[in-house]
Order: sequence, then C-alpha cells, then structure tokens
Amino acid sequence: MGILDIYLPIAGLSLDVIGLLILGTAIGFLSGVFGVGGGFLLTPLLIFIGVPPAVAVASSANQLVGASVSGALAHWRRGNLDVLMGVLMLLGGLAGSGFGVWLFALWRRQGLVEMVISLSYAALLSTLGALMLVESTLSWVRRRRRGASRRKLHQHNWLHGLPLKLRFRRSKLYISALLPIFLGAVVGVLSAVMGVGGGFVMVPAMIYLLGMPTSMVPGTSLFQIIFVTATVTVLQAVANNTVDVVLAMVLLVGGVIGAQFGTRWGAKLRGEELRALLALIVLGVAAKLIFDLTVKPDNLFSIAPIEP
Amino acid sequence: MRMRGTILTLLLLLAGLPAHAEQPLLADLTSHLIAITTGFTGTSVVLFGATDGPGDIIAIVRGPERDVVVRQKRHLAGIWVNVPNVAFAAVPSFYAVFSNRSLDQIAPAGMQALHQIGMRNLRLEARGSKRPAPEIATYRAALLDEEQREGMYSEQAGSVSFLGDRLFRATIAFPANVPTGTYFVEVLLVRNGNVISGQTTPLVVSEIGLSADLNEFAQAYALAYGLIAVVIAAALGWLASLPFRDA
Repeated sequence: MGILDIYLPIAGLSLDVIGLLILGTAIGFLSGVFGVGGGFLLTPLLIFIGVPPAVAVASSANQLVGASVSGALAHWRRGNLDVLMGVLMLLGGLAGSGFGVWLFALWRRQGLVEMVISLSYAALLSTLGALMLVESTLSWVRRRRRGASRRKLHQHNWLHGLPLKLRFRRSKLYISALLPIFLGAVVGVLSAVMGVGGGFVMVPAMIYLLGMPTSMVPGTSLFQIIFVTATVTVLQAVANNTVDVVLAMVLLVGGVIGAQFGTRWGAKLRGEELRALLALIVLGVAAKLIFDLTVKPDNLFSIAPIEP
Repeated sequence: MRMRGTILTLLLLLAGLPAHAEQPLLADLTSHLIAITTGFTGTSVVLFGATDGPGDIIAIVRGPERDVVVRQKRHLAGIWVNVPNVAFAAVPSFYAVFSNRSLDQIAPAGMQALHQIGMRNLRLEARGSKRPAPEIATYRAALLDEEQREGMYSEQAGSVSFLGDRLFRATIAFPANVPTGTYFVEVLLVRNGNVISGQTTPLVVSEIGLSADLNEFAQAYALAYGLIAVVIAAALGWLASLPFRDA
C-alpha cells in the first residue's frame, strides 16, 4: 500500500500511482536516451511488482502505442519515413501479431503463459544485455586506441537473391519485398507474446540486414511499431481481456515526459558508459527472471478459474 | 461504534421475543451488500441472531461457484513448469465455517458429512479426469490449501460468541480480493449433535464505481474497449509531443 493507491480494474489490484509514474518516467527516459521503446524492461518490471504477466504484456503494448506516436511524430516532421517499407513491414506485422495473440491465448488456457513470458524474456534480455555489454566495451576500447577502421555498413549476400524485388526510393534500396514482410512478422509475434515494440530487433535488422540508411530507420520502425502494437492491443482486449487501460495510461503519462527529457539528455551524455549501464540493468532483470524460473517454488500447486 | 449500537439494539429486540417463538433460530447480517470501491481493503459483516434455547451454532459462508483448474509444477530441464492438472467443477470461490466450538465437539463426523459442514466435506467433483482417486485427492487437498493461503477458505472454531444462552454473534471478515457475486450464509442450530434448524441468508458482493464499470465494459464490449484504448494512447502520445515540437 503506497501513499496514493490506484485500483487497476483489469489487473485487479491496487498499486501506488506515484510509483507507477516514476516507473513510467524512468523507462521513458531510458527509451529517450537510447532510442529504444523500453517495452522489454517495462513488462518484466511490471511482473516484479505483482501485475499478472498476461496483463503486463497486453498493457505494455497499449502503452507503447502512445509512446511510439510521441516519438514517431518528431521523426516524421523531418520526413524520415519510408512509407513503402513501413507498409510492407506492417503487413508482416499484422500476420505475426495475429499468430502471436493466438499462441498467447493457447498458452493461457494451458497455464503456461507465465512461464513462456518469463522464459522468453530471460532468453531475450540475457542475449541483449550480453551483446550490449560487449559492444559498449569494444567501442570504449576502440575509442581509447583511436583510429580503428570502420565496418562496412551494407554488404551483398544471399538475401539479395530473393524474388519479388522492389525499389525503395526513400531508402535508396532495391531488395525483395519478402525481407521487410518477414522481419515485420517476427517482430509482430514478439510484440504479441512479450508486449514489446521490437525496436531493439528491428533497428539493427533494418540497418545491417536490409541496409537502410540510418536516418530512415527510427521513423520507419516506429511507423510499423505503432500499428502493430495497436493491433496487438485490440486483439489482446478481444481474445484475452488483459489490457488494463488505467495501468497503460499512468505509465504513458510518465513515459512520454521521461522520453522527451531522455532525448535531450541522450545528446549530452557519453555513449559507452551509458550503454554499459543499460546492459547491466538488462542483465540484472534477466538474472532475476532466471532465478525465479529455476528456484523451487514454495508452492508447487496453483489454482486458476476456467474461463467458460 | 454506531454499527455496534445498532447490533446491540437488534439483539435486545430479539431477546425480548417470547422464548418459544415459532422459529427455533433467527439470524441476520448487519449488511446484505458489500460494495467494492476503488480503495477497498477488505471489510467485515456481523452475523447475529437468537435461538430458542441452548445449542451450538454453525455458520457456513459460501461464495459463488466456478470451475477451477489445479495445476502442479514439475521440474523440467532446470525450470519449474505447470504440467499436470485436474479440473474441478462448481468450486465455491469463498468458503468459511464459523462455530462456537470445534466442529467435532458439536456434531459427529457422519452428521457433518450429511450437512456438508467443513472443508473436508466440501463436495468437489473432478471434471472428466481419468486419474486414480488418490491422485485426485492430492489435487483436492492442494486446492483447499491454496484457497486457505489466499484467505478464501477458513474454519474458525470459537468465532461465534454467545451472549447468555440464546443470543449469538460472529464477525465474518472478507479480504481485499474477495470474489464478486452472490454469497449464501447458512446458519445451523445444532443440539446434541443433531441439526435442529437452519436458515439461509443471501449476501451480495459487487464492485461499484468507475473501475467496475470499466471492467464490465471491457468484458462486454471487448472490441470497442480495445479500440478506445488505442485511440486514447495515440492521442496522449500526440499531445505529449506538442510542447516539444519546435525543439
């Protein structure tokens, strides 16, 4: 019980509204600094404070709609959007999120959804954290040495031999339409099952796999994220009744404010140290998830009502 | 304080009734409605009544029934996974037994079973499970354990207090996460191990206020709810970006 409790009607519990605002602001700040959605930290943190995992996932998706709109508008005003690419990724995303929500409902009936969410987060966050830690350490070492050669951004490989090639004027690319559709579908599944926007998967994939110019990436990825998280929100509301609007809005208010300050601060702060810090936070969350999964529970039995 | 005064008045009124009234047992609750509002942290209702002479009182509070699945975690490849499960039909969501002394002192086991008094006599039917009976019994025990841990099931011997021979009262406490629906409070008067008289009173637990309406809307109009959730989020996101537009 906190100072000012707010009852979350779908989650079915009361949480301190100040605490939720601080959580939202902190995640928003991080996402502003690093240009990531922050869903991958928000969902596990909500689970840690007692929100049922299924509600945490669906409400995070709802929160991300607003957070992404806020971020995307800034990029679109500067014209950094490849509409064709975005629409193709969206098509894949819709199929992926539909499949993901279906899987989610299936796991929920089998009583496996909490385990699947924790497990996929543990896998994702430990990989992500480790990669970020290695990357930030390497770039810190490189900066100390000064003058290491830059890697080639765009390489030709088998992906460029795929059929259905299209010309993407804004991105100055000539690649197969299957690539963005497939990428969108993968992110759509992630979005439905984990309540993340998927920017942390999509952004590197767009740069390294598709070879898009970096300036076009955030605006286009946010375009896809807005529509996929919106679809996931509606599908989760219909299929699982797990979207808590009150929770999502409180987090969003904190999130958008935090993001604006984060964006400003991000420009001033030193990159490597910050990325290493974020990597450590991510690894810490992963460690807690793995611990919870592997430690013998106090109670081996659990009960749940059967939905008619 | 005011509630206590009311109860006292009611008890005094009941005490004034002729000793051999038509009914051997009369009981009521101080309230028949529990309203769960935003700041609900649990509440209690007082059961009070009178008998036509000395005897034991057992009160059984049952919450609305629903089907429940009991799952067991198994250690698989290093992690704990819900694997086997047994479904039970028509399980009361709340079950509390109040009595003036322990149930075994009041009535023999056979009589308790006949009137379904106490958790061990609760009728729980495993739904379409082909597991052997001892295994189902394990799941049944786990279900009772878990409900007790959550504060939904209890047996409280000595919780009914008598004022003299004939007037009794008991405080029925409900936790913050009490399930909503229609409850039934069954009061039994037992004399020499036989149930002399019984009376059942309903009690409604319902959510009221904005959050309850929201929950109801989310269930009944899931598609509209989802769409509105998206629109509100997008509008909030757009609004938030306005002050920073020129930056």
